[in-house]
Amino acid sequence: MAKKPLRRLGAIVAAGALLVTAGCSGGTDDTGDGAATAAGAGDVTTVWVTAGTDDVLQASIDRWNADHAEGQIELQVFENDPYKSKLRTAVSAGEGPSVFSGWGGGGLKTYVDAGEVASLQDAYDAEPALRDRIFPSVLKGGTVDGTIYGTPYNGVQPVVIYYNKDVFEQAGVEVPTTWDETMAAVEELNAQGIAPFSVGGASRWPYLMWIAYLTDRIGGPEVFDAVVAGEPDAWKDPAIIQANTMIQELVEADGFVDGYSSIDANQGAAEALVYSGKAAMELMGAWAYSGTFLSGAPEFLEQGKLGWTTFPTVAGGTGDPANVTGNLSSYFQVSAGASDAAKANATDWLMHGVFDDTYIAELVDTGAVPPISGVEDAIAASSAPEWNAFIYETAEAAGNFQLSWDQALDAAQAEALLTNLEQVFLLQITPQEFSENMDAAAQG
Amino acid sequence: MTAHSERGAGPVRRSGPSVLLTLPALVFFATFAIVPLGAAVWLSFTEWSGLGDPTWVGLDNWRALLTTHDTGHALWLTVQLMVLTWAVQTPVSILLGVFLAGRQRYREILAVVYFVPLLLSSAAIAIAFRNLLDPNFGLFAGPGLAWLNQNWLGDPDRVFVTVAFIIAWQFIPFHTLLYQGGARQVPQSLYEAAAIDGAGRVRQFLAITLPQLRYTIVTSSTLMLVGALTYFDLIYILTQGGPGNATRILPLDMYLTGFTGNQMGLASAIAVVLVVLGMVLSLTISTASGFSRMESQLDGE
Repeated sequence: MAKKPLRRLGAIVAAGALLVTAGCSGGTDDTGDGAATAAGAGDVTTVWVTAGTDDVLQASIDRWNADHAEGQIELQVFENDPYKSKLRTAVSAGEGPSVFSGWGGGGLKTYVDAGEVASLQDAYDAEPALRDRIFPSVLKGGTVDGTIYGTPYNGVQPVVIYYNKDVFEQAGVEVPTTWDETMAAVEELNAQGIAPFSVGGASRWPYLMWIAYLTDRIGGPEVFDAVVAGEPDAWKDPAIIQANTMIQELVEADGFVDGYSSIDANQGAAEALVYSGKAAMELMGAWAYSGTFLSGAPEFLEQGKLGWTTFPTVAGGTGDPANVTGNLSSYFQVSAGASDAAKANATDWLMHGVFDDTYIAELVDTGAVPPISGVEDAIAASSAPEWNAFIYETAEAAGNFQLSWDQALDAAQAEALLTNLEQVFLLQITPQEFSENMDAAAQG
Repeated sequence: MTAHSERGAGPVRRSGPSVLLTLPALVFFATFAIVPLGAAVWLSFTEWSGLGDPTWVGLDNWRALLTTHDTGHALWLTVQLMVLTWAVQTPVSILLGVFLAGRQRYREILAVVYFVPLLLSSAAIAIAFRNLLDPNFGLFAGPGLAWLNQNWLGDPDRVFVTVAFIIAWQFIPFHTLLYQGGARQVPQSLYEAAAIDGAGRVRQFLAITLPQLRYTIVTSSTLMLVGALTYFDLIYILTQGGPGNATRILPLDMYLTGFTGNQMGLASAIAVVLVVLGMVLSLTISTASGFSRMESQLDGE
């Protein structure tokens, strides 16, 4: 926001300069330049994103701006948690950007239902080559009622288990692959004074990954599909109750680091516990690799001490162990309220500037894996080929890629979910009470 | 507020400057307080997600507020916080303020130190305490301080007291400043008379200083109690109302319902409740304490 008055001031100054020069000597080269600047400043295509791959986007926008004097793009980057309410307020007040980032799913649907998002279907129909390269499961996340509204722009972000190889080696514990092994490892690690799992509980959303994975492993994707569809008693499904019971067993077994409920997930403290060796493992989205591990402890990664694996299987569960949960990708939406020129320019950039070869190469270099088929070469040539290949294969092999629960649900239910799930983790309510509270929130 | 200004308006009209001079303030007040308040009342009868147009739902939000929504819990927390912060801050502020009212050089230096928290914004204080109290990388994670490392912000039973302490840390300097000013207004002659009568320090404090500070106490208490209805930024950054709903006081509940849950109608209903509470509270205090009569404390004047 701080930039806005400045830009307006810039436009006024430019316009004023134009008037002065025009009055003095009509039609010289000076006036021409002034006119171009003023027109450009008034018609900038603004793009709002949350922090993460903004360097790659900025590079793409710089290349675009160099070639398109008439269609300048400006990027504004925001922190994750305040972004949603800021965007909603701005869009509602008609002050929104031309292009904004979102997570698809239920959040996208509310914007589409309010008529705030322009369709990208025609643009995609004109670019079948791009459309067919994007993973179908990911493109589906940007589709509402059969029409494409959101286009993915960064990596697939499945949630995986990160672990500290040194810690496991010194403790003489195997990395768990099943839930029973996990509970055994928790006991063994605790006995040696190492916290088994790190979690950024104060931010609440990291808790969601546990219930999402456990529910899928126990009962398959149908359980949460019923919740999204708003079916009665969907929250009371035995799989959800069992998932919460297992979460509470893990909490009671001291599965989480001391003080986990006051660790802020947005400041990298949860990852710091893993790379500093205080905690053995963390369940976290793929964004943490470049977002916090690489920026917080580059030498830890260089020495190959960071390990990763998929979520453990649960004995007797009906869900496919290849299923994953997480963020499919972040999506760009073009605002329906933007000017026609900005819309056209934005769509042009989204179709041709995002996911061109340079963009893909730079994206892969940051440790993100684009949801685009046939980029194995770029992944092999990247700075972190093993990590990228792991994420790429995990995402591609997943029969069901469940969007993060808070993104898949409407906001009122998501807010109730976060509060109630936190109380489950704090052992303040029982799994049965959780299901009853959520059922009431879903009906209300 | 209304009763107060009506009663005060009489003498102003007779002897003071023209009533017209209040116009600019009234226009501002109407634009930024009355009109939004009216809008909130209207919104409380609608359902609105923040996007598109609000739809009229009658009393649905108010019914939800009284039945399904956890308003009772939020209200109870707010009252608890109000009482706790008042009970902690008032005695400390009075003692500090009276102490700092002395003109000794070392007290002036201490005064500067005590007032430092006044210079910091709530957001900065919240972020600082959040990092200081971090169980793994905070102040108490250092060697020898393990007994203080108690998960202050993550334990639902403890977080409330922690928040009250941080609020006290932030606001005691301000109230100390009020009491310092108040204590310096007390005529020295009263103390001299008391000394001649043989009253000791404690007796002087109880019999002269405290009664003389009566209106300062009323002002300070009003600010504290009504202020407790607006604690938001600090708690939002510290805990977001958590863990669970252990610090989800009414103003925070309003924000989270409105801007995270996107239920603007329900949030507006909570806002209206807050406004009514605040008005009742400040009217009660000013009436009960005789503040609006503004009688002199000094006999013979």
